[in-house]
Amino acid sequence: MKLTAAQAMAKCLTAEGISTVFGYPGAAICPFYDALLETDIRHILVRHEANAGHEASGYARITGKPAVCIATSGPGAVNLLTAIATAHADSVPLICITGQVNREQIGSDAFQEADITGSAEPFVKHSYLVGNAADIPRIFKEAFYIAGTGRPGPVLIDVPMDVQREEIDFSYPETVDIRGYKPTLKGNPMQLKRVYKALSESEKPLICLGGGVFASGAAEEVRKLARLMQIPVITTMMGISAFPSADELFFGMIGTHGVKSANIAAQECDTLFLIGARVGDRAVKTPLALEKTTQIIHIDIDPAEIGKNIGVDLPLVGDAKTVLSQLLELAKPAKHDEWIARLSALRGEKTFAEVPVGTVNPKRFINELSAAMPAESIICADVGQNQIWTCTDYVFADKGRFITSGGMGTMGYSLPAAIGAKLAAPERNVCAICGDGSLQMSMMELATAVQHGVPVKLVVMTNTRLGMVRELQTNGYGDRQTAVFLDGSPDFIKLAEAYGIPALRVTDENTKREAIDRLANGTDSLLVEVVVDKSFPTL
Amino acid sequence: MKHTISVLVENHSGVLSRISGLFSRRGFNIESLAVGPTHDPAISRVTIIADGNDYTVEQIEKQLNKLVEVIKVKTFAVGECLSRELLLVKVAAGADKRQDIMTICDIANARVIDLTTSTMTLEICDKNEHLKRFEDLIAPYGIIEMVRTGTIAIQKGADVIAAKK
Repeated sequence: MKLTAAQAMAKCLTAEGISTVFGYPGAAICPFYDALLETDIRHILVRHEANAGHEASGYARITGKPAVCIATSGPGAVNLLTAIATAHADSVPLICITGQVNREQIGSDAFQEADITGSAEPFVKHSYLVGNAADIPRIFKEAFYIAGTGRPGPVLIDVPMDVQREEIDFSYPETVDIRGYKPTLKGNPMQLKRVYKALSESEKPLICLGGGVFASGAAEEVRKLARLMQIPVITTMMGISAFPSADELFFGMIGTHGVKSANIAAQECDTLFLIGARVGDRAVKTPLALEKTTQIIHIDIDPAEIGKNIGVDLPLVGDAKTVLSQLLELAKPAKHDEWIARLSALRGEKTFAEVPVGTVNPKRFINELSAAMPAESIICADVGQNQIWTCTDYVFADKGRFITSGGMGTMGYSLPAAIGAKLAAPERNVCAICGDGSLQMSMMELATAVQHGVPVKLVVMTNTRLGMVRELQTNGYGDRQTAVFLDGSPDFIKLAEAYGIPALRVTDENTKREAIDRLANGTDSLLVEVVVDKSFPTL
Repeated sequence: MKHTISVLVENHSGVLSRISGLFSRRGFNIESLAVGPTHDPAISRVTIIADGNDYTVEQIEKQLNKLVEVIKVKTFAVGECLSRELLLVKVAAGADKRQDIMTICDIANARVIDLTTSTMTLEICDKNEHLKRFEDLIAPYGIIEMVRTGTIAIQKGADVIAAKK
């Protein structure tokens, strides 16, 4: 079949089952946009390229498959970088397609020329600058394979405009063979036996789940293993909602912003079983101390993560779902009643501090919201205090899902990620939780949600401060507060109304009840502003 | 401690920048890097001399292996490989010093590859430490220009580093 390379690119997406893409056009990507018109692919026009990446990221995290974002050359491509880095840090599979200036202009500092493959190199799993139009089918096949297998991640395909216009013989390859890329999926059987032996002999075992559990789709296997062997479970921020928050075996999020029960569990356990968790500095502050006193078992699909941040006694390279299925074949029921009782005693009742009149306790709000939301809701937290409040106080039900920018900590992630997630799962309630700082990093996407009829819920915690930085200045810099005041912010209720989105402000019990009811049970878009005291702490 | 790492890579443009970028952004100390084609035109071979402890070398190997275009990585154990570097040096030496310098070249297994009335250009191909010794012997005569390659290395004996098919 004779096609232009641009038509071939669109055909490749269709062949990969892509039905929705996120992007922003420009001259250098126009041939491809023109070709997209001939497909059934739905294009979501964003209002900033970074958000095309974040929306694709939210979409990919819910579907579990690579999602596509598109930008033009130069500034369009460079604007994508934050989203590429964010996806890379959280191992989210993206296919990033950028236009590039004509081949003969490359290197001449032409209008809207940027070396995007060079700029993105530290943040991509792989990248291509397409020199030959005939390579398009192979490159797309490889890109989807690389992005979606092994440890997922973003793959960038940069296509010069003249390449897009060239005619090629199109056929989509059925198989892919890259000799330098062969991810290990199955766990080594001998090592599996050692892992099982260590787990079964342990008196105080502990499972710590990371984002790899979602990447692998291993939540079911994790639950089976933990319940069968009665092993307590904690998570990193990226692992939240991989295990139901209210389960009797669950003890919360580990780390500097984690909860007491999880951190004490990590200190006191004799065997720590890390599953798809890379032991980031925010999760484990002192890995050297931990590895000395505790037997560490680590499953990861990325061999480079094993032994990188923490010394490991029993490494096991493989896909979490596959490895845990193998482990479940060996596993027999076990009991750790005393250990579980010890940890349960640390849980304590949740109590919420009184707050000044006219403001609401944000932790309590989130906690009560989680009780009202449908079980399978998707919650997208932003970055800052709102993120930690959501992590610690939202109670995730069995089928609930939490997504956030965990590794990169990219402010402004929640709204676009929620739009992407809602498009991936229109039947689920999707709610972004952000602050007045983070919303203002991506609030232009309200237009995207309206234009494309994507009814996301949005909770904005307004404390008129960049709360987490303010707190850092209070505690670490003698309360010399600087550059954290969000004076000049718009009236968020009026802002929402300007976009045609219903909105309400929560300042007391009554308004809170109404807001939670509408967030949980309404089907339309809704913006809820929750007024928070300016000095309300993170923890 | 210094380590010699051999890397087989796809012969694509941009591979070298991916590798050098990896070293700089992960803070690995690299002493020399040499790259060239192999008997298989699709594969290039990179030899890296890097400084670091066992942890660092393990990390270097694992991070290199994550690059899609990296086909194989091998760190040589001490004494496991034969290594060579090439050094070209121009010395300010007229007729009066020629004989002395040629004697040094003779002993050190170096060659004179160019000659003018006021300069001599020498070539030596040997192990890194021999090159250093040669440089020290020549230095008193007045080095005016010097250039050397990175180290390349190959395994001793019959074993080879080959790409999996």
